[in-house]
Amino acid sequence: MRNPGRLPTGPGPWFAVPALAVIAAFFFVPVAAALVLSVTDFDIYAIADPDTLRFVGLDNYLRLLREPRFRTALTNTLYFVGVGGPLSIGVSLGAAVLVNARLVRFKGMFRTVFFLPVVTTLVAAAVVWRYLYHPRHGLLNYGLAWLGVAPIDWLGDPAWAMPAIILMAVWKNFGFNMIIFVAGLQSIPEHLYEAARMDGAGFGEQFRRITLPLLGPTMFFVSVMTMIGYFQVFAEPYVMTQGGPADSTLSIVLLMYEEGFRWWNLGFAAAVAFVLFAIILAATVVQLRWARAEFGPASAADRRAGGVA
Amino acid sequence: MNHRMIIPAALLALLLAVGCREPLDREHVVDFWGMGREGEVVEQLLPEFRRRHPDISVQVQQIPWSAAHEKLLTAFVGDAMPDVFQIGNTWLPEFVALGAVQPIEPLVARSTIVVRNDYFAGVLDTNIIGGALHAVPWYVDTRLLFYRTDLVAAAGSDEPPRTWETWIETMERIRQRTGRYGILLPVRDWYAPVILAFQLGADLLRDDDQYGNFQSPAFRKAFAFYIDLFRRGLTPRAAEAQVANLYQDFADGYFAFLVTGPWNIGEFGRRLPAAVQDRWSTAPFPAPDARYPGVSVAGGASLAISRRSRQPAAAWALVEYLSEPPQQVEFYRLTGDLPARRSAWENPSLRGNPYAQAFWVQLQSVRALPKIPEWERVATMITQYVERTVRGDLSIDDALAGLDREVDAILAKRRWLMHRAARAAADRGSR
Repeated sequence: MRNPGRLPTGPGPWFAVPALAVIAAFFFVPVAAALVLSVTDFDIYAIADPDTLRFVGLDNYLRLLREPRFRTALTNTLYFVGVGGPLSIGVSLGAAVLVNARLVRFKGMFRTVFFLPVVTTLVAAAVVWRYLYHPRHGLLNYGLAWLGVAPIDWLGDPAWAMPAIILMAVWKNFGFNMIIFVAGLQSIPEHLYEAARMDGAGFGEQFRRITLPLLGPTMFFVSVMTMIGYFQVFAEPYVMTQGGPADSTLSIVLLMYEEGFRWWNLGFAAAVAFVLFAIILAATVVQLRWARAEFGPASAADRRAGGVA
Repeated sequence: MNHRMIIPAALLALLLAVGCREPLDREHVVDFWGMGREGEVVEQLLPEFRRRHPDISVQVQQIPWSAAHEKLLTAFVGDAMPDVFQIGNTWLPEFVALGAVQPIEPLVARSTIVVRNDYFAGVLDTNIIGGALHAVPWYVDTRLLFYRTDLVAAAGSDEPPRTWETWIETMERIRQRTGRYGILLPVRDWYAPVILAFQLGADLLRDDDQYGNFQSPAFRKAFAFYIDLFRRGLTPRAAEAQVANLYQDFADGYFAFLVTGPWNIGEFGRRLPAAVQDRWSTAPFPAPDARYPGVSVAGGASLAISRRSRQPAAAWALVEYLSEPPQQVEFYRLTGDLPARRSAWENPSLRGNPYAQAFWVQLQSVRALPKIPEWERVATMITQYVERTVRGDLSIDDALAGLDREVDAILAKRRWLMHRAARAAADRGSR
């Protein structure tokens, strides 16, 4: 290193300029434009006549925080992330453990089958799930009736609509995380399990003492990515329930879509986008701090293991 | 240059020569956007047009209804509007406010084919914005009752109800004698409550469409009547997810009445089993008093010409052609969409269709919705408040007060613009 602490010189950085230009043009400029939009009252009138545009400062943000529909959307999204996230990760982990088990044959086929929902078209899947969820003719209620449970109005009852969406979203996405977990599981050395079995550890013990700790970094990655993705849930409620019934499946991005692209209140929608960004950033920073404490240098895991501190 | 560059250079030159060919001078290309089923079918109407106008080439593009509103707006912003496009009547005020539509009043005045008096007055009114005509109605749409004749007969009536009172009585008797629901009303819908309000003469907005008028006595009465239908248990609380099995439920006699539009004449004919085909019919809306039929909404779609069209004369020729009575009849035969011109209704295929006759009667009493760009948003707000009241989350008084408050907020910018325009006019006047 010839100039430690100083910016790199020479022809090298210039090779990055085209890529930086593209990122600037297609990322930074639109984000800056959105920020500007969010402090105006851009709407359908402004499309026709820019003269009608008014600068409103933080008015959009204040209106947003007072708006009952935004609070509903935030609650619904937190519900989705809080329940759907752990459920999705749990199902993915369970599927990965099952697929990776020593006694299972045709591992490749099972992995493919579990991954298939991820590649199906959401709209086609939603049509089928809408029939599954039909209160009178659907397969789910038929199964419930067999068990003696009264029919549930899955997509029509505000209490059951979000669980229905969560179920469908988990089914659709668990295959993706499963593949990541399988990779993580395969990196755990087999001799650790052999040693544990010789010491008389059952499956539960092996899982808790070996699998989970060694999957720590993978788990962290999966949980951050899932959380970021789930905060932006849009397609499932948009296709299945359009935010209903009674706004019980209205998510933040769905609210932003309605305000921005149905009613063309782009100023307000841009404000929603920045608020969502702030929420996701905060949640990710919290997770990063926790992960650094758990897995980083001089981490809590090291201290627990009595290692180098 | 070396010999390896000759072939690619020659290919490039050839490509440029072919690609930059000038369009034939005599060819006018008209871009037409049709939506939904109408877009699928309009191509079949065009051979005669091409025969009459060999110098006009029509490119038809088909757009699904779900994407149509966004596509038109995006096209306007991107200056890529088609020359002629189909537009729903409730969207016209928005596009007129944007300045996307060419006012066609002078073209209609000069035309011998597009005759104003031949159109249903209530429907033509939806295209008159700011006192001028901006589009030509293509087909009409309204809502009225489709019903099971056998269930109504079981209630002891041999003809459909003509007043609100007999309507409620009939539905109650259907429930008592057969155990079926009287009517299917979607929980998230604004058509039925708005129609009932129109029948009582309510104005949805006041002061030149600047404020919500939902707490007026007339709207309150209509809203209460609508909510009452749910509270009496005359309708199942159908969510949107369940409407997919509408035809099966109607065939099963799950409910007797349905508020819907003309596309279902064809759909019922196609989808209901043969056993049920002679057991349903259509009827105009009952009225709150003796003036039958009750008013309904004027809907449908019209043909509009883009303000920045580069082929306005050819575009108008296409609009005129599609507005001719024979083309209107042919269009009806292809899609089941009812013609906007009264003379087209004299055709035997419409005169002889018993289901269409109820629409003929109803179309004489239709009223336009408020002609403001924010209408879709106001309609969605009505839907939300209707849903919450039906579910019991809100009392009627709270719902109407909330609706007024939110609609006032939606119309805030409109008020500001009107205020600004009035001030500018006053300034000009005082100088």
